[in-house]
This record gives sequence, structure tokens and C-alpha cells, in this order.
Amino acid sequence: MTLDTFLLAVTLAFSLWTVMAKSLLRSAIGLAATSVAVTVLMFRLNSPLAAVFELSVCSGLITVIFISTISLTKPLAAKEAIEAGKAHVRRFRYLFVLVAAAGIGMLFLNLVPDFKPHCSAAASDARAILWNFRQMDLFGQIIIIIVGALGVVVLFAERGKDER
Amino acid sequence: MRKGAKMSGDMLQVTLSFGFFIVLIFITGFYCLLVTRNLIRALISIELLMKAVTLLFMVVGYVTNRTALAQGLIITVIVIEVVLAVVVGGVILSIFTRNNSIDASLLKKLKG
Repeated sequence: MTLDTFLLAVTLAFSLWTVMAKSLLRSAIGLAATSVAVTVLMFRLNSPLAAVFELSVCSGLITVIFISTISLTKPLAAKEAIEAGKAHVRRFRYLFVLVAAAGIGMLFLNLVPDFKPHCSAAASDARAILWNFRQMDLFGQIIIIIVGALGVVVLFAERGKDER
Repeated sequence: MRKGAKMSGDMLQVTLSFGFFIVLIFITGFYCLLVTRNLIRALISIELLMKAVTLLFMVVGYVTNRTALAQGLIITVIVIEVVLAVVVGGVILSIFTRNNSIDASLLKKLKG
């Protein structure tokens, strides 16, 4: 078992914990832990820039957004929480079976990927790629961020009206 | 996929192990998205699906020796993830203000 395989197993374990946890706060923390494991894998596979983004944005910012959203919603009453917990266990009881069956199925299928890049003459610096070859991606990112900001402004304006 | 092109043993091992776990993480997120009624948990499961896609970009970039391009695409995916989390978080809060619940099964006002 290589270190990569171990890290992948840790990522899968964290993702299972994320969906199985009854508390939403624990789910958000599980997602952050999954991001941390993915970050380590990124560093190991020669993607340091993406790893830094993943660590700071996905493990940091997105977790803060989730925790803020969870804290702004009202927690369930004790009786409702027990019922919700039972329903949660009932709904997720087949997940382990499904994951195990898929894993065993893939092992028996014995798939062999067989591809090579058509061309290896590409810039080696991610910044050069982003600024010189993927300018439309950057343009799209800017539009998405502006649309997101406008969306939040509109949503919170509506929320303010409702609360008044 | 080109006929006759063979991957080196190390790359084949990386692709197989990553592909195996990426599929399992994707199944986990997709199952959660299908069965959950909680809107915040649904958003978390979408983030998990995007995590699997990020891992796939990363391993394909590594195997094809194009990590720089893969990193550019991963950064784009991360930006989309953040905006999605912010906007959908706002929508969930808006739903909570109106219905006093984040249970998707109680959203009967959406019925046409």
C-alpha cells in the first residue's frame, strides 16, 4: 500500500463521515478534512498552486460559509432531532453496502486505462497557462464571481424585507 | 484513447488507484444528494461531487504530464465551488426565513 493509496482511503473515509454525520456542523468539518486530504494528494502529484487554493479556499472559506449558514438556521428541538437522527440512519443504511459493492465490482471488472497525451508540448507553469492560454476561463471566473456577488445582494435584500 | 499507446507501470498504478477511489467518493456524494432532505447536506454533497471532479482533473493532469493545465482548470472549479456555496447558502437562508425549515420535503410552496 503506497502513501497515495493510504491518502485516498483517508479521503474516502472523511467523505463517508461527511455524509453519515448526524450533525451538520460535523458534516462541514468532515468536508474540510476531505479538502485537507485532497490538498496533500495535490502536493504529491506536482500541483502546488492548486493545492494552496484548495487548502485556503475549500478547507477555509467554504467551511466558514457552511458554518455561518448552519449557525443562521435554527437547530431542531430535542424530540425533532431524535426523529431526524433516526430518519438519517434509515436513509443512509445502504451507503456502505453500495460503496463496498461498487469497490468490489470495480476490482472484478479489472479495468485497464490505456491512454497517452497526444501532445506533451505544453507550458509547465500554471500561471503562464492561466494568463496566456486560458484567458476565457479567467473571464468566466470574473463573471461567475460578479454574478455570485449580485445574487447574494439580491437574496439578502429579499431576506431583509421579509424580516421587516 | 489511442490504439497501441501504453502507459508506464507507475502511471497505470496511479490512474487505477485514483480512479477507484474517485468513483467511490463520487458514489458517496451522489447517494447523499439522492436521499437527503436537508438542503445544507445536499449542498455539502454537491461539494463532495466537485471534490471528486477536482481529484480527477489532478490525476489526469499528472498522468498526461500536463499538471499546469490541470491546475488552471482546478482553480476554475474551485472558484465555481465557492460561488456555488455562497449563492446556494443564501438561497437556503432565504428558504429558512420563509418556511422556518430547511427540509426539502416541506417546500410545498414551490409546487406549480
